[in-house]
Amino acid sequence: MELDLITKIVYLVASVMFILGLKKLSSPKTAQKGNLYALIGMLLAIAVTLFDQGILDYTYIIVGVIIGGLIGAISAKKVAMTDMPQMVALFNGFGGIASTFVAYSEYVKAAGVVGTTDVVISMILSLLIGTVTFTGSLIAFLKLQGWMTSAPIVFKGQSFFNGLILVATVVLGVLFEFDNSIEMYLLIIVAISAILGVTSVIPIGGADMPVVISLLNSYSGLAACATGFVLSNNVLIIAGALVGASGLILTNIMCVAMNRSLANVLFGAVGVEGGTTASGSGEKKTVTRYTATDAGMIFDSAESVIIVPGYGLAVAQAQHVLQELASLLEARGCKVRYAVHPVAGRMPGHMNVLLAEANVDYEKIVEMDMINEDFQETDVALVIGANDVINPAARYKKESPLYGMPILDVDKAHRVMIIKRSLATGFAGEDNELFYDEKTMMLFGDAKGMVTEMVKAVKEL
Amino acid sequence: MNEMILISIYIFVLAIFVGFEVITKVPPLLHTPLMSGSNAISGITIVGAILSAGHGESLLATILGLLAVISATINVVGGFMVTDRMLGMFKKDKKQEAK
Repeated sequence: MELDLITKIVYLVASVMFILGLKKLSSPKTAQKGNLYALIGMLLAIAVTLFDQGILDYTYIIVGVIIGGLIGAISAKKVAMTDMPQMVALFNGFGGIASTFVAYSEYVKAAGVVGTTDVVISMILSLLIGTVTFTGSLIAFLKLQGWMTSAPIVFKGQSFFNGLILVATVVLGVLFEFDNSIEMYLLIIVAISAILGVTSVIPIGGADMPVVISLLNSYSGLAACATGFVLSNNVLIIAGALVGASGLILTNIMCVAMNRSLANVLFGAVGVEGGTTASGSGEKKTVTRYTATDAGMIFDSAESVIIVPGYGLAVAQAQHVLQELASLLEARGCKVRYAVHPVAGRMPGHMNVLLAEANVDYEKIVEMDMINEDFQETDVALVIGANDVINPAARYKKESPLYGMPILDVDKAHRVMIIKRSLATGFAGEDNELFYDEKTMMLFGDAKGMVTEMVKAVKEL
Repeated sequence: MNEMILISIYIFVLAIFVGFEVITKVPPLLHTPLMSGSNAISGITIVGAILSAGHGESLLATILGLLAVISATINVVGGFMVTDRMLGMFKKDKKQEAK
């Protein structure tokens, strides 16, 4: 009894450490300490659990921690920052499956007599959410890693099919409540949940991945929560609720940044036509090609530059040479800042990490709402690998899929430089009039190659 | 419905509110580390996993527990380490060294 009390108090301390840790993430100055706080909370919770009297054999625990620890440590050390989204997706999945395993193990331990209805409900939720998180995250991982097409995969009656699985889960759950000894019900629930995870993520296109990862992040928290209810363990409930809330907030931010409803992202299958080239609505528009030397001349007299990086920058691995260009310009007395759209990159905040990795000072990275006013007083807006997030059609063209999406007001700058491989459209398939504007300088080529040439051009000034 | 589950529900609801309050204050700059960090926190399932793996009576329950410990540990260790690695990049003094 004594030990039980101590355990519960330590769990409370751990919960407080998690909350404090997340609180410290509100500033880049304290964030690393915050992560440490959360880690200490976790270690405390683990340590006190090891004293539990129900533990008779430590072999499997030690083996599990060694295997899991090695896999986790190696992947955390090796992963490239560009691959962070798929890594987080995979980690989400492991969190989910852990909940499934624990819940099922609880059932086995209970030997057919689970107990009260609330435990049965929690157990089924734990199996459902945990398994959906696992298979859903695997699909997200495969899509982000490029091992599976990032285009939406749809079949007839997909939403109906998914709804059917949910209904079936409820029915099986009720049947299971009547007779806890029939294990087959639970096995079927796990199996159809696995299918649900797959069928609910495959129709979501590559551009919507930030939403999906955020949502799966939330699910992994909720799965932990459900497991907490199964075990009547409050630290799981609190930690799971925090993560669940965090994932939901990020999901919402991503949806707002794309002006899409969550339902539209999940069921809309946007990008299914796979339109990649500008269809051109009749009129032939002309584009003037510029070279890095032309750009250098403009930079010569520029006093302020705002760089708008998109995911194309990261794909081309051009962030480091871009930082070199920015330093050169700053040395010439030019004010350089970075404008980051909320959906730049493949997950929330991804672009900021990529820039930080390239040693860009985070104080020069400005959010969309804070910098949009400044474009009109800016000499050059340099756009690299971004398209939809600067498309003015989002402001007025009602029939466009982009309509209503908040964009960076790049077109208000005195000159606009756009580095792009071709005139292809972005994910939304909407042509960008900014390419044809006379103040726009189109620089065709690979981002890294073009920025490298720009560096040379500026050095020669 | 017994008293205990009711208290758990209370805790759950209040924790959701705390989560919303705390996390809305995290700037977009740090949203990726927030995700990987909160991911590590969701690895708290490891507590349940340890209890399952150490039970020792039913082999099946123990093996499920072992698998749970492996998955949850990947989540915890990987999550905290990768978050620390990312947050290190947002430090200013480290940047000077790099240059």
